[in-house]
Amino acid sequence: MIEAQEAAPSTRPSPARGEGGLAAVSRSHRGRRLLKRLLLQPEISGAVMLVLIATGFAFTANNFVSLRSVSNILNILPELGLVTLGATMLIIAGEFDLSVGSLFGLTPMLMLLAMGRGVPWLPAVVAALVIAGCFGAVNGIVTLRFGIPSFITTLGMLFIARSLTIIIGTKIPLAFPDDLPVGLFAARFGLVQSSVFWLIGICTVAGVVLHRTKFGNWMYASGGQAQAARDMGIDVRAVKIACFTLCSVLAGFAGLIQCFRLQAPLASAGDGIELQAIAGAVMGGTALSGGIGSVLGAILGTVLIRVIDNGMTMSRVDANVFQLAIGLLTVVSVIVNVMIRSQAAKLRA
Amino acid sequence: MSGGPAFIRCEGLQKWYGGVHALKNVSVEFGRGAEVVGLLGDNGAGKSTLIKILSGAHKPDGGRIVIDGTPIRIRSPRDSMRRGIETIYQYTAMVPQMSIARNMFIGREPTRGPRLGPIALLDRKLMAEIAIQALRDVDLHLRSADTPVEELSGGERQGVAIARAMHFRSRVLILDEPTNHLSLKETTKVLDHVAALRGQGVSSIFISHNLHHIHPIADRMVIMARGEVVAELSRGEMSVDEVARLIV
Repeated sequence: MIEAQEAAPSTRPSPARGEGGLAAVSRSHRGRRLLKRLLLQPEISGAVMLVLIATGFAFTANNFVSLRSVSNILNILPELGLVTLGATMLIIAGEFDLSVGSLFGLTPMLMLLAMGRGVPWLPAVVAALVIAGCFGAVNGIVTLRFGIPSFITTLGMLFIARSLTIIIGTKIPLAFPDDLPVGLFAARFGLVQSSVFWLIGICTVAGVVLHRTKFGNWMYASGGQAQAARDMGIDVRAVKIACFTLCSVLAGFAGLIQCFRLQAPLASAGDGIELQAIAGAVMGGTALSGGIGSVLGAILGTVLIRVIDNGMTMSRVDANVFQLAIGLLTVVSVIVNVMIRSQAAKLRA
Repeated sequence: MSGGPAFIRCEGLQKWYGGVHALKNVSVEFGRGAEVVGLLGDNGAGKSTLIKILSGAHKPDGGRIVIDGTPIRIRSPRDSMRRGIETIYQYTAMVPQMSIARNMFIGREPTRGPRLGPIALLDRKLMAEIAIQALRDVDLHLRSADTPVEELSGGERQGVAIARAMHFRSRVLILDEPTNHLSLKETTKVLDHVAALRGQGVSSIFISHNLHHIHPIADRMVIMARGEVVAELSRGEMSVDEVARLIV
């Protein structure tokens, strides 16, 4: 694993230094405690950046503050959002996945392949997602069985799944089937498409599981300090394999949403989205070293990326600057996160 | 305070790691009544191997373990904890990023409402209440159960781990080098905790290579060298210097 935020020193609250910097904001003990709790929220820096950047665009980009702009942001949000959500949960559990972009492309191909053989749409969708899940499980099993970095396993899977996507892409009928209920993901409800409701629903469930259940506690423990989790009787392997599987299913689901929206299978679909997802996760406060992150952070990170993309388009900035901006923000957000966390640790509360 | 039948009896335990004979026919007892046993030995003496077997992390290649009079097999850490043996490892007892309350219950979280395997709602109110109470029981008055463990001092962390063991009503607590890297003041505190546990009927196995930490508190000392138990001493049978000579 890349130890991005490991650099945050686990400073003990030192009375002498706690009074400077951020601590000066609040004098009372109660106030300090609240401030500290706020600063320890992983998504705090992402939230602040989002406000700053959106404000910036509001003043500089024409029509950035408009219903159409909001609608543009929301409509393609679920695709990256679900991939980022899966990536975030897996990173919290201490692993990560580069193959999500390829599974994003492969899953719709599998569905269309099945439908081309006469399978009705619903079983085809379910089968495609199950196969995506199997790819994730293989990522997990190989990583943990052989004790190799998930970076390597999933890098391999990135190429394998993309290759399969392209091979299948040449075998499926070119016409997009008419009996596919595109409205499932792409029906318009005023400003938004139905995919937004899927995102909200899935994030709600994921949020409850991650933050409020026993299994969520196991995920944080497995990513935070795997040995401690093992010593306390948690089957760390099983937890991680489950997270790999979930991550792939979410990526496949996101791929289906895009395929329904575009009404065309693309062999290149999802190319590079794995890196955007990791960037989004990191901007949302997820620590690559594991054990820190949140569902809200995953959403914030995604919104941030989409807002930047949309804002730049609307200010007619050269589209190639987008990647530059995302790159800068990714690095800056990690630095800010590390700084905030160490400041918060110094706060006596 | 010691006396009575032992809670854990190891009979002729053997363990090989590849060609290394790490435990050679080790027979030893822990938890006669409520007692503090110091387990001493240099690096490679076999103390870690012995406690890993008792905590369910490793399995013995020979011999047997009798707990409360019944011969049993300890298959996993969970198995060991279920039988009343709680182990606090030196570096990995806690997940630093997680709160005190969450750390207290890792793997044994109280839940409420409907459940689907491990997907069950945490009873967070109960967790916080128990955590604060359990910490008070070991005389730790921490601000809030929401504090991440990484903000606690080494001694406080040991306190949380000990509170955890007490809450789950362990019979024997295994402490792996609990006083390493602690200040003098914190070391005293940990030793006090261990003594308090004995008062409440909980035995401890205190692993250390620092004789001066164990000597004042142990009812008994078990000394290992080269995979064997080389001596067992009752309190007052030997001076620090004499024990030190046995270890090397």
